[in-house]
Amino acid sequence: MLLEAQNLTFGYKKERRIIDDVTLSIDRGERVALVGPSGCGKSTLSQILAGYIKPQKGMVLWEGKPLPKKGYCPIQLIYQHPEKAINPRWKLGRTLTEAWQPDPVFLEEMGIEPAWMDRYPIELSGGELQRFCIARAMGPETKFLIADEMTTMLDVITQAQIWQLMLQQIEKRQMGMMMVTHNEALAKQICNRIIDFQQLNL
Amino acid sequence: MERKEILEVKNLSVSFQMYDKGLRQKELQVIRDLNITVHEGEILAIAGASGSGKSLLANAILGILPLHASVKGTMKYRGESLTLERQRKLRGKEIALVPQSVGYLDPLMKVGKQVVGVNGSKDRQREVFARYGLGKEVEQMYPFQLSGGMARRVLIATAMISNAKLLIADEPTPGLSTEMAKETMGHFRDLAKEGRGVILITHDIDLAFAYADRVAVFYAGTTVETAPASDFRKGPSALRHPYSKALWEALPQNGCKPIPGTQPYAGNLPSGCLFAPRCPYRTEACETTIPVRQIRGGEVCCNHAT
Repeated sequence: MLLEAQNLTFGYKKERRIIDDVTLSIDRGERVALVGPSGCGKSTLSQILAGYIKPQKGMVLWEGKPLPKKGYCPIQLIYQHPEKAINPRWKLGRTLTEAWQPDPVFLEEMGIEPAWMDRYPIELSGGELQRFCIARAMGPETKFLIADEMTTMLDVITQAQIWQLMLQQIEKRQMGMMMVTHNEALAKQICNRIIDFQQLNL
Repeated sequence: MERKEILEVKNLSVSFQMYDKGLRQKELQVIRDLNITVHEGEILAIAGASGSGKSLLANAILGILPLHASVKGTMKYRGESLTLERQRKLRGKEIALVPQSVGYLDPLMKVGKQVVGVNGSKDRQREVFARYGLGKEVEQMYPFQLSGGMARRVLIATAMISNAKLLIADEPTPGLSTEMAKETMGHFRDLAKEGRGVILITHDIDLAFAYADRVAVFYAGTTVETAPASDFRKGPSALRHPYSKALWEALPQNGCKPIPGTQPYAGNLPSGCLFAPRCPYRTEACETTIPVRQIRGGEVCCNHAT
């Protein structure tokens, strides 16, 4: 099993557990969509799986072992708002190479123009910025991507472009993927397994 | 059936004064030749590329653009010119906005109080909250305690509490579940049935196609096509502009097929048709100004539309 969540429990307040005893496993080659009503804890679960939040109970296993406490996390998270996930004062070239040094071939595959490297985030559109966020998260040690409403704020043409790029890379590098979405049509188009979060989190 | 026009926007252009190098300034035109009309009892959806000027149009109608923006062209609300003074008087009362981002909420104020605002009442706020499935405990929460979808519903509530005749909803559905999004569309339809006009700015174009009366497609700051929503439900053969067709084909349920390229940057536009660099039907005639034509009950800005 590639990624396993065992009996995860988490709450922002003591009296209310937003994630209650959630167990989930995702295997190699699976592309999973996590669906459920707003406010039910999908984004919180994504953050736990990517190691940003520590669960109060339970653990996340990566290839059978607990997630590494330091160093590069094999599970990377991509957010809904690229403009909020990027330092507005840095030129994009610096943002892109924050974690690793992508080569020109990869950047071309991602549809990132060399001229964009010297621009600031406000000078690019949301779709263009989201390419940087994905490329930044695609270091050689990344084995699993979580896309939390990654294309919700983008127009459908840009959305289709971004997912085409994502699927190419996932295929090429044999990565696992989980997406959080409200768009059933998109989930069916991209994923081979759909999980209803409420079934998981009874 | 001739319905009264509630809003008419004609040849609108919006530009920003920007600093170039040092103290030199330049003008960046972000909206040009933009035309829309909204009738009473109608939902007009505005679809189009991210950054095509949809939200700016909303801000221009309300008169809340930043100070370094300049607006040209005519805007009429109920037949009368929409001046800055009139905008100030009408906004929040006759013209209401559902803002796009959760950032529009005051982070230090409980949401119940924010929704009541200056014109609402506590009872009305509870009524609107109940309508959107927001419990009583939500009114005592601060914006950071809300999930994305809850915040979205709070934003919708801020507009619904007014008795506006024209509602501008800027991306009201992202983060909402399909059921909730459909329900919200139902609410907009109810408002339209009461004779109000609704402008629905959205990327969820499948919802727009299903619930709107007409759809205006924006590209790089201008309207490329305005057509009945039924044409968008029928598919590419009923549409007129190649960009509208491309939007339809990029929908996940229609195959998720993207066209290559990106929308041109406002400071670096091609001459003539703005879509030409990505257009499969491009000819030399596309390098000059393209007139708006009436075709099969819709308006289109393309030489090759039939």
